[in-house]
Amino acid sequence: MKSLMKMTLMESKLFLREPVGAFFTLVFPLMMLFLFGSIYGNTPSEILNGHGTVDISVPAYTAMIIATTGLMGLTITMAANREIGVLRRLRATPLSPLVIMFAEVIVLFMMTTLGMVLLVIAGSLVYHMRFEGNMLSVVAGFTLGSLSFFALGFVLANLMPTARTAQVVGMVLLYPMLFLSGAGFPRELLPATILKVANFLPLTYVVNLLRGLWVGEPWSSLLTEVLVLSGILIVGVLVSLKTFRWE
Amino acid sequence: MEPIIQVEGLRKTYKTTVAVDGVSFEVHSGEIFGMVGPNGAGKTTTIECLEGLRKPDQGKLRVLGVDPQEDSKHLRERVGMQLQQSNLPDRMKVWEALDLYASFYSNATDWRVLLSQLGLEEKRATPFAKLSGGQKQRLFIALALLPDPQLVFLDELTTGLDPQARHATWDLVRDVRARGKTVFLTTHYMEEAEQLCDRVAILDHGRIVALDTPSELIHSLGAEERIVFTLKGTLPTDFCSALSGETRVEIDGERVIIHGKNGRQVPLVSEVVSRLSEQGIQFSDLRTEQASLEDVFLNLTGRKIRE
Repeated sequence: MKSLMKMTLMESKLFLREPVGAFFTLVFPLMMLFLFGSIYGNTPSEILNGHGTVDISVPAYTAMIIATTGLMGLTITMAANREIGVLRRLRATPLSPLVIMFAEVIVLFMMTTLGMVLLVIAGSLVYHMRFEGNMLSVVAGFTLGSLSFFALGFVLANLMPTARTAQVVGMVLLYPMLFLSGAGFPRELLPATILKVANFLPLTYVVNLLRGLWVGEPWSSLLTEVLVLSGILIVGVLVSLKTFRWE
Repeated sequence: MEPIIQVEGLRKTYKTTVAVDGVSFEVHSGEIFGMVGPNGAGKTTTIECLEGLRKPDQGKLRVLGVDPQEDSKHLRERVGMQLQQSNLPDRMKVWEALDLYASFYSNATDWRVLLSQLGLEEKRATPFAKLSGGQKQRLFIALALLPDPQLVFLDELTTGLDPQARHATWDLVRDVRARGKTVFLTTHYMEEAEQLCDRVAILDHGRIVALDTPSELIHSLGAEERIVFTLKGTLPTDFCSALSGETRVEIDGERVIIHGKNGRQVPLVSEVVSRLSEQGIQFSDLRTEQASLEDVFLNLTGRKIRE
């Protein structure tokens, strides 16, 4: 328990000392919010079913943070730690690999949460963002989405031979997904053919779940999203435990 | 007293390469035991089997009385390890690393004491990436000492260090032993093994080709000692015949080298000097060159270790 706490604290410090990771999790989403907020404002529009741009952007950008943290932050950290021998050094101690993975999940979850909170604060203060959902439901959906993407990140980190390939593969998966899933652009602006492709992208389900819960849709209408993400989570955890490598 | 490490018939193969081919030895409490040999001789494989990081194909291993495969977690509580090619995150500071690693052990020693004992106090808040090679190795020794272990494994501790840092590191290893700990180290520097180890196992192609104290190895297997001097005139042709035992003369311009077997009754140097003065031969720059472990290795395998 003591080692998990120390490890978590250490990993948080290292996360904040790494400017690139902290930028994409904490700063970049805010920049997007202010950019599109200043262009479109937050007036309800018909295309967006009576919601404003900021109202739908905050949950969508939250999904973006989740995907970036899971597929880039976590993947690169774990793969790099393995590649340069950080895990090898840890292996010479009585520490369980589960502690390493837990600490990583806790830190990234806290940072992702912080990223979302910053978006919510900025959205409320600057653009009077409307929120019609249930806070607890949003927290639950956010947790499900984050954990399933972290599980994907672990799988990717374990399967990729080096940090470099992990980074490249992570980017190749991440960027199209950000644009096509509705995380970066509102889904309403995407053509129907692209929406079909989007159904194969895990991030689409995080975007739909969070946006749905944000405007107060009941869980019963979001069952597909919950099932897909739970499936990813379970399979991801099993595969990443099976494929974990110290070196 | 039971040996700290017992190895019998250790064998490990990677696909088609035999890395360790039937190695047996014992390490006793309080000694610095060294395993030397060229790269690829099987040193690291042996040490990693002892650490429980690799599973041997064959052989009986006991480390601190337990099988490293079956009881690896227990072993890691009581053994300090410094591994080759291991690292800390670049931005982790020295004190943070010690504080973090201390939390992994149920009975860790006070890391602040280690910090000053290993001369890292000034580097306390320096990130790992900013440390010199010698400082990194000192930090790794500190990490290995955290569990207050009975036994410390040091794998290629001084590889890549400059000579000054290497000598400083040797002193640290001697300090570790002075605290009553047993040290098992590997190195491909023969000089290091000679200076540091109480006993040395010479490994080549996965087998132990010799195992003894460095001086005994040099004495019995080191071919010869050499007396080198510069001569004004010429050396009488029968000079060597008056020397006892087997000797050989090599003349290179003014320089004369007399080779003689080790372990003679009268030291070769005193015989040579007294014979030179008996015959009134003028000489200068006389020195003796002792055989080293390097020569032992050359004798045993027919090649130099760094080839």
